[in-house]
Amino acid sequence: MEWEVVIGLETHTQLQTKTKIFSGASTAFGSEPNTQACVVSLALPGVLPVLNQEAVKCAIKFGLAVNAEIAPRSVFARKNYFYPDLPKGYQISQYELPVVGQGSMTIQVGSGDKAYEKVINITRAHLEEDAGKSVHGAQEGMSGIDLNRAGTPLLEIVTEPDMRSAAEAVAYAKKLHDLVQWIGICDGNMQEGSFRCDVNVSVRPKGSDKLGTRREIKNLNSFKFMQQAIEYETSWQIETLEDGGTIQQATVLFNPDTGETRAMRSKEEANDYRYFPDPDLLPLAISESDISKVKAEMPELPEAMKARFEAQYGLAHYDANALTSSRGTADYFVATVDAGSDAKLAANWVMGSVSAKLNAEDKEISESPISQSALASLIKRIQDGTISNNAAKQVFEAMWAGEGDADSIIESKGLKQVSDSGAIEAIVDEVLAANAAMVEEFKAGKEKAFNALVGQAMKASKGKANPAQVNEILKKKLGAGV
Amino acid sequence: MINKSLKQLGAMLQSKEISSVELTQEFLNRIDRLNPEINAFITLDKDKTLAQAKHADSLLAAGKGTALTGLPIGQKDIFVAKGWRTTCGSKMLETFIGPYDADIIERFDAAGAVNLGKTNMDEFAMGSSNETSYFGKVQNPWDRSRVPGGSSGGSAAAVAARLCAAATGTDTGGSIRQPASLCGLSGLKPTYGLASRFGMIAFASSLDQSGPMAKSCEDMALMMNVITGFDKRDSTSLNREKEDYTRDLSKPLAGLKVGLPKEYFAEGLGADVAKAVNEAIAEYKKLGAQIVDISLPNTKLSIPVYYVLAPAEASSNLSRFDGVRYGHRAKEYGDLMDMYCKSRAEGFGAEVKRRILIGAYVLSAGYYDAYYIKAQQIRRLIAQDFENAFKQCDIIMGPTAPSTAFKAGEKADDPVAMYLQDIYTIAVNLAGLPGMSIPAGFAPSEDGKRLPVGLQIIGNYFDEARMLNVGHAYQQVTDWHTQMPEGIE
Repeated sequence: MEWEVVIGLETHTQLQTKTKIFSGASTAFGSEPNTQACVVSLALPGVLPVLNQEAVKCAIKFGLAVNAEIAPRSVFARKNYFYPDLPKGYQISQYELPVVGQGSMTIQVGSGDKAYEKVINITRAHLEEDAGKSVHGAQEGMSGIDLNRAGTPLLEIVTEPDMRSAAEAVAYAKKLHDLVQWIGICDGNMQEGSFRCDVNVSVRPKGSDKLGTRREIKNLNSFKFMQQAIEYETSWQIETLEDGGTIQQATVLFNPDTGETRAMRSKEEANDYRYFPDPDLLPLAISESDISKVKAEMPELPEAMKARFEAQYGLAHYDANALTSSRGTADYFVATVDAGSDAKLAANWVMGSVSAKLNAEDKEISESPISQSALASLIKRIQDGTISNNAAKQVFEAMWAGEGDADSIIESKGLKQVSDSGAIEAIVDEVLAANAAMVEEFKAGKEKAFNALVGQAMKASKGKANPAQVNEILKKKLGAGV
Repeated sequence: MINKSLKQLGAMLQSKEISSVELTQEFLNRIDRLNPEINAFITLDKDKTLAQAKHADSLLAAGKGTALTGLPIGQKDIFVAKGWRTTCGSKMLETFIGPYDADIIERFDAAGAVNLGKTNMDEFAMGSSNETSYFGKVQNPWDRSRVPGGSSGGSAAAVAARLCAAATGTDTGGSIRQPASLCGLSGLKPTYGLASRFGMIAFASSLDQSGPMAKSCEDMALMMNVITGFDKRDSTSLNREKEDYTRDLSKPLAGLKVGLPKEYFAEGLGADVAKAVNEAIAEYKKLGAQIVDISLPNTKLSIPVYYVLAPAEASSNLSRFDGVRYGHRAKEYGDLMDMYCKSRAEGFGAEVKRRILIGAYVLSAGYYDAYYIKAQQIRRLIAQDFENAFKQCDIIMGPTAPSTAFKAGEKADDPVAMYLQDIYTIAVNLAGLPGMSIPAGFAPSEDGKRLPVGLQIIGNYFDEARMLNVGHAYQQVTDWHTQMPEGIE
């Protein structure tokens, strides 16, 4: 039987606010345990939550970015359960009425000929507070509690079960990861837990419109693990069903060392969270004017920018898409063009050499040692014929290594293109004289021989001859000989 | 001097007839003498108290005193006060020292008032007799074998026994008004949101409200000026302009429309209480009030609704007492779950456990709609009853409690009989309205003691100034509020 996997994601994004969602304590990462735990974080008797409006702004931004309904009235609810790192004995979240309703995102899956686009529907996004951390093993026989993270604002983003492969799920997660950073609501730091995904996976016979029983893979904090976990989980579920077994709804954890998923708790053991509206907080009211204010502060969104790049710069859809994959890349590209570079050349360089170097060195584009204006000055030397494309690559390498600006490197390395037609003629004459056989082949109709002659001439010039001129002169000479 | 009002004592302080230290010492001496039996105060810190009195004297000397500067006030032990043990009447917090000040504590401090000590209360404010306190029951100064009411029973007994000039209370279903009634005091629960809940240990967040307990409406007006005001640390605090609650005290009552809800004078009301309340109403007629018969048809639903909603909120509010960060932790336990279970089993008393269980039950999957949601719907109907009633009248009057003070132990094993103590007060909390109780005479007990009866005055939202005016007018023509119990001299 052919199987189909059905995937939905729940993503916890930590919002970039200076203070916690219900108190004035700092949200900075990595401080000494409990130094950022104020009376509210500690849930002392008598303390009360006060909503951080910056967190609400982040939620509105996200809603706008995915074309979602932003609820004029949403409600904070208490999710009750006992755990040492949950100081109040309940988490303040949103349950029945979330701040962001249905929206959608278009993702690009795969590359080259197999690339396709797909719309992923967002079910909802809601505001909630994070828990603290339990620290085990610091003291013999004891567990420590660090409440620095308790009360950090989260936006939990839930999708419909719209994804049909690990690749689609990862493409969505990456796109979401890009988007939340693009609109400035999350730093996207997966190591520090700022962006964590829970993935719901089920399988069903292909063609069936009934959903299978799902298992939820919790807390995936890398795209690589997500891919592995979904692939493992999918084949495990298919094997189980093919062996005549059934899938039990469960929460599972992925073990990166073994590459396997393992059930943590089954649904029977699931908590009854006794949700009810938090009487300490008023319903969250968001007016049209609140939304307009946030809208005015929103950066141009990737979809709009992509369309603009195609229209304004004549870029191909694929290129425009790649350039708008992150705000850093897009900003870098725009700044390069603004500094005088040809847009298509700039696009090629940003997606080509710059991106390859960054990948190889595992750097963000903001860390590029070549500034946008420096890159533009390099590209300008290609445009004005000072250097060839090949020479430009050498210059780029040297610039990356910090050896100076484009012009000084061209000068010091002697990479200036020879555009003196007299000098080129002399070289071409030499090449023609030394390669009589090739000339004969060309005259006999072998077009390839022409390219070989161009190559010889370039080689003789040590790559410095202007290839267009070599072409032209060679054509003239050979044509004259016929 | 001990029977003087806040206003009178304040005048004596301002004129340097007496110092705050002397006045405070006088009350501390009385506490030393009477509190071992009455048990109204559970925590004293004379050094802190006298230091505050000294500071108040320096303010007064510098001419920087305000209405309450130098006056010793009893603080219900539900309010967290920095450096003060704050127990909420529970073993759970037996050794908890407040690391910060509640809004109300800050406000009294800023006014230069003196914190005389922390008063006894039903555990986590759950009770109507002060018998659920871990720190022992409180005697009613009018008859030491009887309860003072609850949950602000310690504050009520303290003022009634003249152990302090006034005290604070909190009222979730009647916890200011019922003990005020049973102890012959004036007590006011303000409109929900007028007083900040920051630092007040939560019982039922949507109902809890703090307020004054004093000997007269005039004193309560002075205290209201201190207690109320916007607090950004409480999201349910109302951002309104500050009012002067003394401004209308002396307005004439002519033309005042007083509504009498027929449900408050029906079966269940003690005849002795009915008699005193009716006499008080007759007095109001003499003062020019017009009597209107009204109906609050959903009154009988207020107790079941309350006993769904308040425990639901309480079950969640009390989850933080888990033995992890502060409060009682069992000495011996196995795993984490065992630590939770033992710590909470040992730290909470029976009534608190009962309400946590009820609350967890009504919020459970499968019961939530039938109980919690239904109760919220009825809560709205109850508020509508009042809305309709206030179209016919300016103020509502009736009994505060169905009976006078009952004997200690009499209802301790019958929770439903105990819950019925609040039949006339609970609806006010459910609607978020202000409610007040003032002394309206006495009823003789079977053993010949004089037991106070309270008249309840319910106002429309934010109508506290008028309520105080209505109470003050009555206290100008009666002297119930100035009478003292025997045996406290």
